[in-house]
Amino acid sequence: MASEQPAETYTVEELVAVNPYNPDILNDLELFVNEQVSSKTYNLDANLSLLRLYQFEPERLSVQIVARILIKALMAMPAPDFSLCLFLIPEHVQMEEQFKTMIVLSHYLETGRFRQFWDEASKSRNTLDAVPGFEQAIQSYAIHVLSLTYQKVPRPVLAEAINIEGLALDKFMEYHAANSGWVIENGTRSQLIVLPRNEFNHPELKKNTADTVPFEHVTRIFPILS
Amino acid sequence: MASAYDREDGLAPPQPHGGGPADAYDPNYVPDSVKTFVVHLYRHIRDKNVYEIHQMYEGGFQRLSDRLFRDTPWPSAEAVAPYCDGDHVFLLLYRELWYRHAYARLSPLTASHRSESWNNYCDLFSVVLHGVVNMQLPNQWLWDMVDEFVYQFQSFCQYRAKLKNKTEDELQQLKQFDKAWNVYGVLNYLQALVEKSMIAQILEREKEGLESFTATDGYDYQGGSNVLKVLGYYSMIGLLRIHCLLGDYHTGLKCLAPINLNQQGVYTIVIGSHISTIYHYGFANLMMRRYVDATKEFNKILLYIIKYKQYHQKSPQYDQILKKNEQMYALLAICLSLCPQNKLIDENVSTQLKEKYNDKMTKMQRFDDEAYAAYDELFSYACPKFITPSPPVLDQPLTNYNQDAYRLQLKLFLYEVKQQQLLSGIRSYLKLYSAITITKLAQYMEMDEATLRSILMTYKHKMHAVDSNGKIVSSADFDFYINEDVIHVVESKSTKRHGDYFLRQILKFEETIAELDKVQLD
Repeated sequence: MASEQPAETYTVEELVAVNPYNPDILNDLELFVNEQVSSKTYNLDANLSLLRLYQFEPERLSVQIVARILIKALMAMPAPDFSLCLFLIPEHVQMEEQFKTMIVLSHYLETGRFRQFWDEASKSRNTLDAVPGFEQAIQSYAIHVLSLTYQKVPRPVLAEAINIEGLALDKFMEYHAANSGWVIENGTRSQLIVLPRNEFNHPELKKNTADTVPFEHVTRIFPILS
Repeated sequence: MASAYDREDGLAPPQPHGGGPADAYDPNYVPDSVKTFVVHLYRHIRDKNVYEIHQMYEGGFQRLSDRLFRDTPWPSAEAVAPYCDGDHVFLLLYRELWYRHAYARLSPLTASHRSESWNNYCDLFSVVLHGVVNMQLPNQWLWDMVDEFVYQFQSFCQYRAKLKNKTEDELQQLKQFDKAWNVYGVLNYLQALVEKSMIAQILEREKEGLESFTATDGYDYQGGSNVLKVLGYYSMIGLLRIHCLLGDYHTGLKCLAPINLNQQGVYTIVIGSHISTIYHYGFANLMMRRYVDATKEFNKILLYIIKYKQYHQKSPQYDQILKKNEQMYALLAICLSLCPQNKLIDENVSTQLKEKYNDKMTKMQRFDDEAYAAYDELFSYACPKFITPSPPVLDQPLTNYNQDAYRLQLKLFLYEVKQQQLLSGIRSYLKLYSAITITKLAQYMEMDEATLRSILMTYKHKMHAVDSNGKIVSSADFDFYINEDVIHVVESKSTKRHGDYFLRQILKFEETIAELDKVQLD
């Protein structure tokens, strides 16, 4: 990735690992953000390192790069990456219009208000579409939250959460029935999607860890037993 | 060794502000008791007598400070040099103590003092990093070094961010000493100590039984120096703290990762380090929404403090211990209000918590401005002193920006609280039912069904943290699932931990028997 650099060809990850507090890697880290956008990859550590360098030298901050980092962080939900980034961004920068919008978007996702999210997101298409995979990432977050919550989710609730309707939704469900273990049933009012069982929507599956004793604890009585 | 004399050339002797006894301070006058102190301390360091060094460091230095240097600095390093053969490294250590004492008793310090102290740390750490040190120093001192280094950095950031009432002279000094306490420098010194000491690798090798570090409390029984290794170890905790001060909780926890908090470690030997580690670890986890991790560690350390604080009453750190104790109760109150986990809390801790924060915690369960105000108050009281690491822009109108970092962290924390405020309402309703339809519950809660579904999903999202390996872990005290339009509530049974209980009883029983045996022998 840093192949243009003549002498040493370290990857950006290596640069961060070798010296995380080095102002000279700022440009590499910025290029790396763009690369994450185009190659649909993600590296929180590198992005936090960059935000940290901006924090140390605010005059070098690039609003455009920060925006990309934040969009990538939204795509990392349910991880709290978006907040982790905000903690490092000066308040006056957060007051800029595009960041205010992103904060609102994050708020809707954090509070499970998917309808509002998709409405709001449609107003910022330009910025968001510049990051490939945005929609899919949010859809998989929505499905994640649904599968924590529901054993059987009514079709309209699913439709709202992932912002897909009609024929497209039929296709989407077919795909997941074939690949992710979804089962489609007919419910009282609408179709129902039976989501795969997990310990969160089937709490009885939760492993009963309560009465297992960690090995370290047992070792404490070895001297007595011997 | 001679270089010690050259170094301070041209530096004015410290002049504390204001009049009073400070006017009488003569940096070159060395009272007899100080001569004796220096001679002995120097000898014990040369003899590698860690026990005596510790006695003098913890006891002697404090006693002399109380008696002779209540509000004046200690004699200058130059003045005491003849009593330690002008030993360069010893004088670096002496100055470290000198500035620490000055910071504690003579504030406010000028930028020039702060800069001198910074230079002294640079020299000291450089000596350690270049491996020419063969001393052995007590863990307490090494911890205090790292702790004080971070504290002075934080203090400098606060100082230079208060621009409003600075005099022309003070501003001039800020410009003149703009290299001091540079954030890159501070981080890189700690990072260098971590790396050069190979401490992460040592701890790793220790797990495989190839090396002992923890078992010997970080000391080298073969007579080698413990300084670099232990400084490296404590630097990991220093880095955690700095990253918390900067609002970078993820990176802070990463720096601490080589230390396993589930086991005894060198961090628990010195109570200051133990508390600092857990306080910052807990705070970072709280901000990352890993409430259970924070709660567990707060509970453990608070219980520890209840048991052991009596042994520290005479320690110079006693006030600090009590303050951090109070702050951690406040943080625990926040954690438990956002994420009730009462079964994780020991009875003694729970009693103290109720005494201190019962009213506030009742308030925090509500959904109104007062609840909000209670979160604000506890957070502001208990959070670290956040800093803005960038230097001031001196050619713009001078304002104070020392509160900016704190205000940002507070605001973002209160966002989080706002997002979770409806959850306690849901909790209290759902606990009444084993199953209820969405329609009915929406009616009770006076909201539409879509909103209720959102809140239920919010509950699930917020009560499932992503751990450091990216795994989803539940921190819910009770659980539910929705089947189409019906919410089914699953009470998590509070299972008694019989296994652990028996193990503890076996140990207790064994102790008792051992004591009985002793009685017979007498």
